[in-house]
Amino acid sequence: MALAARERPLSPFLHYRWMFTNTLSILHRISGLALAAAIFLLVYWLMAAAAGPEHYDRALGVLASWPMQGLLFLATLAFSYHLLNGIRHLFFDAGRGFDLPVARASARAVSIGSVVLTILGWWLLKRSLGGGA
Amino acid sequence: MSLRSPLGRVLGLGSAKGGSTHWFHQRVSAVALLLLGLWFVGSLLALDGAGYDAVIGWLRSPLSSTLAALLVGVLAWHATLGLQVVIEDYVGDKGRRIALLVLVKFLYAVAAVAGVLAVLRIGFGAIG
Repeated sequence: MALAARERPLSPFLHYRWMFTNTLSILHRISGLALAAAIFLLVYWLMAAAAGPEHYDRALGVLASWPMQGLLFLATLAFSYHLLNGIRHLFFDAGRGFDLPVARASARAVSIGSVVLTILGWWLLKRSLGGGA
Repeated sequence: MSLRSPLGRVLGLGSAKGGSTHWFHQRVSAVALLLLGLWFVGSLLALDGAGYDAVIGWLRSPLSSTLAALLVGVLAWHATLGLQVVIEDYVGDKGRRIALLVLVKFLYAVAAVAGVLAVLRIGFGAIG
């Protein structure tokens, strides 16, 4: 009879409430994708250095351009976030930090920490590299 | 009708094949990148400008060459593993999924070899 009226289990994505911690999880993937792309910038930089001073100066000019500086800033943000949240995930893998208050506290720490680390890191890198990259 | 036994048809399929290996390698490379990444950023912070001489002087030392080559290699490894999971999760069509997975493996193999060779050329002083 009332087969349709029965309470049937739903797939997870149909009934999970979206929460702060979910956003962090998807941001880990997005920052990972960004960093995977940034590897090619690192290799480009190394290849230019290996190709000699003229090539290197030209590459440095490319990296110092506004669009590239924007990409490098985003890469710094992705690096900071992926680094901190990666450490958080390694604790999860060890079976620690799953209690909801702890998980939320570490989520907050990672969010604030990655913004602070990005601004601090960008400023310090600008200072040591002299605006080059 | 197939002459293959039911067991023969399913052996080697499914997540039991190598899922934990992939998971474990992703974590091992993550720990390695934690250390190599901190070294790399610390080295950049210690540089006196991003000029050619400063960068070559830094990368020429045996320790820097070693760690820089490892950084590029492990980055490519970790990125390949991570991108594989993303592709497997979001690309439904089997043909397109396999094509993308192969493309990613090729791209990062090229990046790894090119990056390591560049570091070696700097390390051996074979520049220009």
